[in-house]
Amino acid sequence: MTTITVNGKAVTVTATPDTPVLWVLRDELGMTGTKFGCGMALCGACTVHLNGEPVRSCSLPVSAAAGHKITTIEAMSVTPVGSAVQASWLALDVPQCGYCQSGQIMSASALLAKNRTPSDGDIDQAMAGNICRCGTYNQIRAAIKDAAASMSGRG
Amino acid sequence: MARHGIGQPLRRVEDARFLTGQGRYVADIDLPGQAHAVVVYSPYPHALIRSIDCAAARAAPGVLCVLTGADALAAGLGGMPPLFMPHGPAGPHGYRTLRPILVADRVRCIGDRVALVVARTLDEARDAAERVAVDYEPLPAIVDLEASVAPQAEPIWPECPGNVAFELRHGDPAATAAAFAGAAHVVRLRLRNNRLTAAPIEPRAALARHDASSDQYTLYCTSQNPHGVRTMMCDSVFHMAQSSLRVIAPDVGGGFGLKSNPHPEDALVLWAARVCGCPVKWVGTRSEAFAADNHARDQVVWGELALAEDGRILALRADALGSVGAYVFSAVVAPIEFSIGLIPGFYQVGTVDLRTRAVFTHSSTLSSYRGAGRPEANYLMERLLDQAAHEMGIDRVQLRLRNAIPVGALPYRTATGMVYDSGDFAGIIKACLSAADWDGFSEREQASRSRGYLRGRAVAGYIEQGGRFNERMELRFDPSGGLVIVSGTHSHGQGHATTYAQMVGDWLGIAPERIGFIQGDTDQVAFGRGTFAARSSLLAGNALRMAADAIIERARPLAARLLETATADLEFVDGAFVVAGTDRAMALTEVARAFYRPLGLPAEFGIGLEAQGNWSADPPNYPNGCHVCEVEIDPATGAVRIDRYTVVDDVGTVINPLICAGQVHGGLGQGLGQALLEDIVHDPESGQLLSGSFADYAMPRADDLSSFDVRFLGTPCHTNPLGIKGVGEAGAVASPPALINAIIDALRGQGVDHIDMPASAARVWRALQNAAAEHIGAGSHT
Repeated sequence: MTTITVNGKAVTVTATPDTPVLWVLRDELGMTGTKFGCGMALCGACTVHLNGEPVRSCSLPVSAAAGHKITTIEAMSVTPVGSAVQASWLALDVPQCGYCQSGQIMSASALLAKNRTPSDGDIDQAMAGNICRCGTYNQIRAAIKDAAASMSGRG
Repeated sequence: MARHGIGQPLRRVEDARFLTGQGRYVADIDLPGQAHAVVVYSPYPHALIRSIDCAAARAAPGVLCVLTGADALAAGLGGMPPLFMPHGPAGPHGYRTLRPILVADRVRCIGDRVALVVARTLDEARDAAERVAVDYEPLPAIVDLEASVAPQAEPIWPECPGNVAFELRHGDPAATAAAFAGAAHVVRLRLRNNRLTAAPIEPRAALARHDASSDQYTLYCTSQNPHGVRTMMCDSVFHMAQSSLRVIAPDVGGGFGLKSNPHPEDALVLWAARVCGCPVKWVGTRSEAFAADNHARDQVVWGELALAEDGRILALRADALGSVGAYVFSAVVAPIEFSIGLIPGFYQVGTVDLRTRAVFTHSSTLSSYRGAGRPEANYLMERLLDQAAHEMGIDRVQLRLRNAIPVGALPYRTATGMVYDSGDFAGIIKACLSAADWDGFSEREQASRSRGYLRGRAVAGYIEQGGRFNERMELRFDPSGGLVIVSGTHSHGQGHATTYAQMVGDWLGIAPERIGFIQGDTDQVAFGRGTFAARSSLLAGNALRMAADAIIERARPLAARLLETATADLEFVDGAFVVAGTDRAMALTEVARAFYRPLGLPAEFGIGLEAQGNWSADPPNYPNGCHVCEVEIDPATGAVRIDRYTVVDDVGTVINPLICAGQVHGGLGQGLGQALLEDIVHDPESGQLLSGSFADYAMPRADDLSSFDVRFLGTPCHTNPLGIKGVGEAGAVASPPALINAIIDALRGQGVDHIDMPASAARVWRALQNAAAEHIGAGSHT
């Protein structure tokens, strides 16, 4: 039994301590917004926030998450950064197949939470761990800048 | 309507669910009581199966069943044939294999399916799969194309000595030989088209249910073509009526050709669901995907171009080996055909002599992947042109402009039998050069040089073929007057729910956001062929046009009756029937509701308002365009950076520029990935897969791809009423030669005149070192 905090709610899960957070979310909690892509922290599809930092949930044992705050894509529309990112993603028509986009949004939101004026280099660095096979990188870069602008406009 | 209509950058209606984690992909679906399946794959590229001992696996905790090839034979299950074989004058020809869903006797590739283990939980299934004891007798494996066709090579299939599954030819060998004999200059290249994997981020998955009381099956699968899955399963594997199986392809996380056809796991879960009496779910791992998914490209080609003194192309010769892997599977014939059929590109080529042989190797099956043969064809032609320009001292741009098919020569029949209907090939080259600031290169080159970098550029034209087969679309009004598009194609990133609604909304005067969309379910869509080969815009677009016209014509008589006027007096304007010269009108949606009246509706109107439209890719269309690439190379490391990339595409009528640009971006990502990064590598001795994870197989990432400048300069297609040309493959076709030629351009001054794909930093660095060593070596002799 491990107690973790997911999207602000404390939950006690029965998965063995070495179970990756990804499978706790998907299989035990039924939260399927976070996706499996490789299981080796090489593609970023499973990105969630651990205390606000982007982490690959496929390689994070649930025991390591105990006592920390996990935030998933399901909660992003209620955070100011997350909702700005989602709005810009919509405005710039970012997704294609959509599968990697949960992870992309988690990485982008973590970047913008810390850096409201990211350069191309900052964006590349923050986003290089998230593969998009549909090739939406151009639009992602533009949408991150758009979200940054909209947040600074909001003051 | 116009602000939502054809040509407008309407935002995608699909996106909201993808941004909130609400997309519903196969792995996200669970059925009550489901069990989990794990496939036992062959770890050997070639081995005899002496025996399979399943006793320990069957006795393992939670195991419901263990199935082998012997069980499949005993159950009377069939194998999976290729979708089609080449059709020569004497009918289908070539050596056709039947791929078993589980192999019983001899494995011929890593990833051949050997057994299926089903257990209550995934962990139990994994543990039990490890206990399946397969006694293999490993045998020598051939993974290299040229080794496979060498005279002494062991046949991979005993009935197919020589290991050539089929051979395709185009052209006139005698006329071509004569043209070569009289040519002022001949340029020759041997090129390798690296082996790739589609690697959608969603791995393949399948979930099946069998209802014993009705003997009905349901299959949720990651497919670009659910009706195609149904046909293969029912006709070839289970020998049952297609109405016995419902196939659902929900949200699909990238297809790229890989998911256009079923794989054995689709059959295995259906079978296991019947055997176990509960739903069975299989989700592939990334390692399994690398090993067992269809691969793509993997071609060796010897090409020759004969030119006149002034640079006119006189003749073209090519001899290629294209891999099919261990079986002729899926749609592998298509890329092999396109890989030679499109070599002439949009250039006037007097005569050709082209041959390709489809070669078996002990490796995973190959099939279509974005571009499907078009990139191979284009790569050869554009590499030959740059080499010719270099050897003959002719400007690369001038050489292309001199040979581009002039507008006045259209329609133009190529030496390979394709008929290009429209385009302005010289014009699009010029437009792209201008957009790319081609003439400003020398300044940028000097700037690079001053920082110690090498800079190169290249221009590459392309033409490809969009559309295959026919397609069927339906428009259906519900009793409340709501309109639904029932699609035979399958959108998995292409934004069909948006673009189809844009078109239909335009024609029927209904706001796109009020038009529903159904796809990907064989019980809801009567028939369809799915989405691949850049086919949906042409086929679904024109089929929808037919359906929309039919809706108006079906509704008109009832509208006339309701408006108490003559049919001939009605005009259809902005979604309503208007009595000409009056203000009396009735909305189409209102007429649609009247079609459902329980009383008072004359029998000749039927019940309900719906219409079907269909269109055929005969003729197909020919998207074309031009790419300009500029690279900067660090000679100390060999690292290549794409600094500027410009595309001007002629995709005919643009339905939605945002979605079109996205499609081009995606194609570019995959084409540039092939040229710069990606490589499926097998150890030549053991035949083992060396690039079996994202740690070994380099995927293009955010920091690998520069910003692209993508523009559209459409010449409407003349062979379909909407003027549409495909867009899905385009980006992947011209980007490999554009990038490689730019790299060679940057390196020529250092004595490098060839580089193979992928042009990794290590490979570029080595080419520079070898050239420098040769230079020193040559110097020491003088």
